[in-house]
Amino acid sequence: MWKHHTKLERHSLPLVIAILIVVSIGGIVEIAPLFWLESTVEEVEGVRPYTPLELAGRDIYIREGCYTCHSQMVRPLRDEVERYGHYSLAAESMYDHPFQWGSKRTGPDLARVGGKYSDGWHKDHLVDPRSVVPESVMPPYAFLAEKALDYRDIQDKIRAMTKVGVPYTQDMIDNAKDDLETQADPFAAPTKFQARYGGKVLQRDFDGEPERLSEMDALIAYLQMLGTLVDFSTYQAQAPENRR
Amino acid sequence: MSKREADEVTGVETTGHEWDGIRELDNPLPRWWLYMFWAGVVVAIVYWVLMPAWPGARSYTQGILGQSDRADVAVALNDLKTVRGAQAARLKTASLEEIERDPELQAYAQAVGQSVFGDNCATCHGTGGVGAKGYANLRDDVWLWGGSLEDIHRTIEVGIRADHPQTRFSQMPAFGRDQMLSAVEISDLTEYVVALSGRPANAAAVRRAEPVYQAQCVACHGPAGVGDQKQGAPNLTDQEWLYGSTRADIHAQIWNGRAGVMPSWKNRFDPETLKALAVYIHANAGGQ
Repeated sequence: MWKHHTKLERHSLPLVIAILIVVSIGGIVEIAPLFWLESTVEEVEGVRPYTPLELAGRDIYIREGCYTCHSQMVRPLRDEVERYGHYSLAAESMYDHPFQWGSKRTGPDLARVGGKYSDGWHKDHLVDPRSVVPESVMPPYAFLAEKALDYRDIQDKIRAMTKVGVPYTQDMIDNAKDDLETQADPFAAPTKFQARYGGKVLQRDFDGEPERLSEMDALIAYLQMLGTLVDFSTYQAQAPENRR
Repeated sequence: MSKREADEVTGVETTGHEWDGIRELDNPLPRWWLYMFWAGVVVAIVYWVLMPAWPGARSYTQGILGQSDRADVAVALNDLKTVRGAQAARLKTASLEEIERDPELQAYAQAVGQSVFGDNCATCHGTGGVGAKGYANLRDDVWLWGGSLEDIHRTIEVGIRADHPQTRFSQMPAFGRDQMLSAVEISDLTEYVVALSGRPANAAAVRRAEPVYQAQCVACHGPAGVGDQKQGAPNLTDQEWLYGSTRADIHAQIWNGRAGVMPSWKNRFDPETLKALAVYIHANAGGQ
């Protein structure tokens, strides 16, 4: 057998193919089963795809590199649960593309930041972090409040999400622009928007400037829903199907 | 070319490979390295047996230890409960006044309150609760919604203009932005409020503003401007200001009628923590 190895080592193409086969074994054994094992594919009530405004906010979050300092994953460790709340469930990031897990925290974890502070605080903090947290090292993002949100391509963004498996319906794609505007307008009729995304969606003027739909609106809308989808007062962490 | 032979200098056998006249000695691996390698293999096999490891068609090998991070953290949190045990249990049953009177319980509530305050409240109310513009100072003896233990506990529980159904709610109209008063009337009112707080003000403007104040402001701030904690209306006669004390600040507040939001903390904390926090804030501020 070892003699035949010479043949492999002396022909580059078969060698490349053989390398690919060997390397992919690791992936096949470690990654592929995660897609079919029932115990790893967790479904939890309340988790829904992002609304168009939240998705736009999420894109700003990624564009500005917030993830370089903030993780979105409360690990199942005592001190983290004590500080941030219930540990993150896999299902809570099932519609995240890309996910925002991590352990590199220059700033605090944001997995459960939704509802923890007021919209006004988020705006003050994003405009000038040290005005509310004197010891903060976060850079200011004041321009977000000035910059109008560009959402001409929101339908395409949502369509792109469907390509990677997020279950947006055709109805959601068709009405994306409408839903985005509705969510940032406290006086818009919420019926259809809520029918599509559920009654718990937040609808208000997030940045305190009702006449303008800014990037600040989108980012705060996204931050304020983080970690709020699952109702942990009814979630059975100790149930056999939820044990990992 | 694949000819194994002994190297002349060292006497070690070569691998038989030769590349441009360079040959490779076939020294054995260092023993320590080799033993570590085999030990590593053995550890891996033991690990497969003890811990969750191999995927199968429908499930995965659970390992005979039945390890689960989620179960571990549940145990750790339970241990924490045991450590806090008796004191936490008493915190649950004791009334707020009882907690404050009992030195031992009070000290415990202080410790819990301080750590919870640091991560959750100090973000807005500042380190130690000193407040900032738009965020109430919790170290002075001035209160918007009441400074008794019960009042503080209630405010933390339901929040202010929050999503709790019984949240505390008040609304200062935006007299300027919504064109309820003219620019001149608002300038006069600013002088009136400055005068209310005992500072020198333009007497003529104060006189002109008197009927406007009596018509627009008394319902919440009262005829003498001392406010009403039931409605969350601030006292205008003291020297504490939520949105700043200068004429420009006061003018901006009458014009825009800003109002902050404090989240409801009922679902984030257990009842014991809520109580500890109320006692902590009450003790550290000039609670009533």
